[in-house]
Amino acid sequence: MKNNNLKGWLYLLPAVIFLGVFMVYPLIDVFIYSFEEGYNFASETYSGVGMFNYSYVLRDPYFLQALKNTFILVVITVPASTILALLISVGLSSIEKVKNLFQTVYFLPYVTNTLAVGLVFMILFKQTPYTNGFVNIVLGFFGLSPIDFIGGPYWAKMLVLCLYTIWVVIPFKIIVLTGAIASVNPIYYSAAKVDGTGRWRTFSRITLPMISPTVFYLIITGFIGAFKAYSDAVALFGTDLNASEMNTIVGYIYDMLYGNSGGYPSFASAAAVILFVIVLTITCINLLVSKKHVHY
Amino acid sequence: MKVTLENLTKIFPSRSKKEGKDVVAVNSFNIEIADGQLVGLLGPSGCGKSTMLNLLSGLQKPTSGKILFDDDDVTTLPPENRGVGLVFQSYALYPHLTVRQNITFPLENRKGKDKLTKDEMNAMALEAAKLVQIDNLMDRKPGELSGGQQQRVAIARAIVKKPRILLLDEPLSNLDARLRLQTREEIRRIQRSTGITTVFVTHDQEEAMSISDSIIVMKDGILQQVGKPQEVYDEPVNLFVAKFLGTPPINTFDGFVKDGGLYIGEEKVLDVPHAENCAVTVAVRPEGFEINPHGAFSCHVDRVEVMGRDVSIVSTHECSHNPLVRSIISSENAQEVTGEWVKFDLKKNKTYIFNKETEERIFF
Repeated sequence: MKNNNLKGWLYLLPAVIFLGVFMVYPLIDVFIYSFEEGYNFASETYSGVGMFNYSYVLRDPYFLQALKNTFILVVITVPASTILALLISVGLSSIEKVKNLFQTVYFLPYVTNTLAVGLVFMILFKQTPYTNGFVNIVLGFFGLSPIDFIGGPYWAKMLVLCLYTIWVVIPFKIIVLTGAIASVNPIYYSAAKVDGTGRWRTFSRITLPMISPTVFYLIITGFIGAFKAYSDAVALFGTDLNASEMNTIVGYIYDMLYGNSGGYPSFASAAAVILFVIVLTITCINLLVSKKHVHY
Repeated sequence: MKVTLENLTKIFPSRSKKEGKDVVAVNSFNIEIADGQLVGLLGPSGCGKSTMLNLLSGLQKPTSGKILFDDDDVTTLPPENRGVGLVFQSYALYPHLTVRQNITFPLENRKGKDKLTKDEMNAMALEAAKLVQIDNLMDRKPGELSGGQQQRVAIARAIVKKPRILLLDEPLSNLDARLRLQTREEIRRIQRSTGITTVFVTHDQEEAMSISDSIIVMKDGILQQVGKPQEVYDEPVNLFVAKFLGTPPINTFDGFVKDGGLYIGEEKVLDVPHAENCAVTVAVRPEGFEINPHGAFSCHVDRVEVMGRDVSIVSTHECSHNPLVRSIISSENAQEVTGEWVKFDLKKNKTYIFNKETEERIFF
C-alpha cells in the first residue's frame, strides 16, 4: 500500500513540477507582490508591506474606468452572444439544405485573426477625412447624422466594442451549440409533437434543458473570457486605451507592467488579484445558479 | 373508436437519383379496426410496421389513401389534432422532468378554453398513474426507474390526455423476459379498463398472439392477413403467415400433389381429393404429427427432447427445408420412439399446402 502511494506520487511528479513552477509559484508570487509596496524588478527591492497597492488601484480613475468598461462588456456581451448563438444554432438545426455552407460562414470569424477583424471593423465604423465609414453611410440613408464610433462619444465606442466582442465569440458558441442540439434524440421531438407541444414550448421545455450543460459551459467560459478581454479593445482603439476611455482590467494590468506608465508590478499584481477575486466570485455564483437549472 | 384505413400507401423516395428504387413501406392497406379492440400489428423487421404507426399518429403523411377515425377523415390532420397517444419503443420520457411532470406534459399544452388548472392536471396525472400503478413514483426522474416502470410512465403519459386511439411501438422489446410476460398482461388490463382502441406493433408473434383481440400480419408493406390470433394461426392464407406464427416454427417440406394424393418424397402422406396436380410446399405444425408405427411419413430420429408435459422429437427428412424437423408429441405417446426411424401420421387440420410459386394456400 505504502509502496503504491510512493509510485503514485512518482507518476504525478512531472505534472506537479511543471504546474508548480509555471502556475502555482507565479500565482503565489503575484499574490505576494500585491502586498509589497513599490516593488522593483531590477533591484528586487520594495519599500514596505501593506494594503497600499490595493487602495491605490481602487482609487485610480483609470482602474475604475477599466473596471466599469469590463463590467459593461461582460453584462452585455455574455448574455447577448449566448442568446444570439442559441437562436442561430436552432435556426441552423432546422434547415436542411446548405446547412454546411452556413456553418462554415458562421465559423469564419473564429479562424480570422483578431487584428484582421479589427481592420474590418475599422472599415465599417472609422471616420476619416475621406469617408464617414460604412455604417455611417448606411445610417445616412435613414437620415441620421454621422457618429464617430471610434473616436467619439463613450456609448458609441462601447457599442462598437460590444459588437466586436460578440462577433468574435459567437462562432465558437454556435459550433458547440449546433453540436449539442444535434445530439438531442429526435424521438423527444416526435413525442412532443404527438402531444401537441408548440414550437416555443418544445424549445424551452425540451431542447434547452437537454443542452443546458453545454449552455452552462458556454456561459461560464464566456464570463471568464469577457473578464479577460483586452486584445479586442486594442484592435479597435489602439494601445493607448486609457486615453480613449476604453481600457479593460487586463489592459490596465498590462499598462502597469509594460505600458507608457509601466514599471509598477505591485499595482499590476494588486489589480490582477482583484480580477481573480471577481472572476472567482462570478464563477461560484454561476455554479450555484446552475445547480437548479442544469440537467446532466 | 373505429379506425379505417383505405388504400393507405406510403412511399419513401430513394435517396440517390441514379440507383435504388423507391421504398414502398406501406402498400395500399385496407383495414377496419373495431372500437375498443387491442390489435397487434405483426411482421418481421423492416416490413413497415413502424411506418404504419407513424401514419396513424400523424408523424408521417401518407403518399395516398385515407385514414378515418370513426367517420372523421384525419389523413391530413397534424398529430396534435388527432387525439392519439403514442408510446415509443424507447419510451422517450423527458429525462430532466419528474414522472409527474412527464405525465402532465401533454396536458400543459392545452390552450384556450381547454386549458386546465394545476390541480386538475395533477388529479388527471394521478389517475393515469394509478391505472398503471406508478402513483408512488411521481417525484422520481426517469433515470431512477427500472425499464418496466419507465414503460408504465410512458403509457401513463400517453393515456392521460384521454386519446381516441393508443399506439404502442414495440412496447415490450426493451424489457427482460420475465417483465415482458408481466407487462403484456398489464397492457391488456390497462386496455380493458380504459376501453381505448389500441394498436401495438411487434415483431414477436407470441406477444401479439397472447394479448391481441386481432392481429394484422404484414410483410414488405403488404397486408397478409387479418383476424383473431387463433384463426390466423389455424388458417394461414399463405406460406409466410404460416411460417411467421407459432413457436416452435412450422415445419416445411418440398412435396407434390398427384392424383388426389399429397406426397413428400416417395411417401403419400395425405389424401387431398380437391387439389390439382402440382409441386407444393407442405407445412406441418409441430403439433400436427401423430406417432403411428404404420404411419405414412417416416423421419430419421436425431434426438428426443423431454419437456415434461410434452416431448419434442427432433428428426431429419431429406425433403425438409430446415435441417431439422421438430414435432411435439404428448409424453404418453412418445414411449414408442426407440429406433432410428419414427413414423408419423399427419393431422389434416395441422397440415397446409401452398403453391410452390405463389406461396398461396391450396385448399384440399
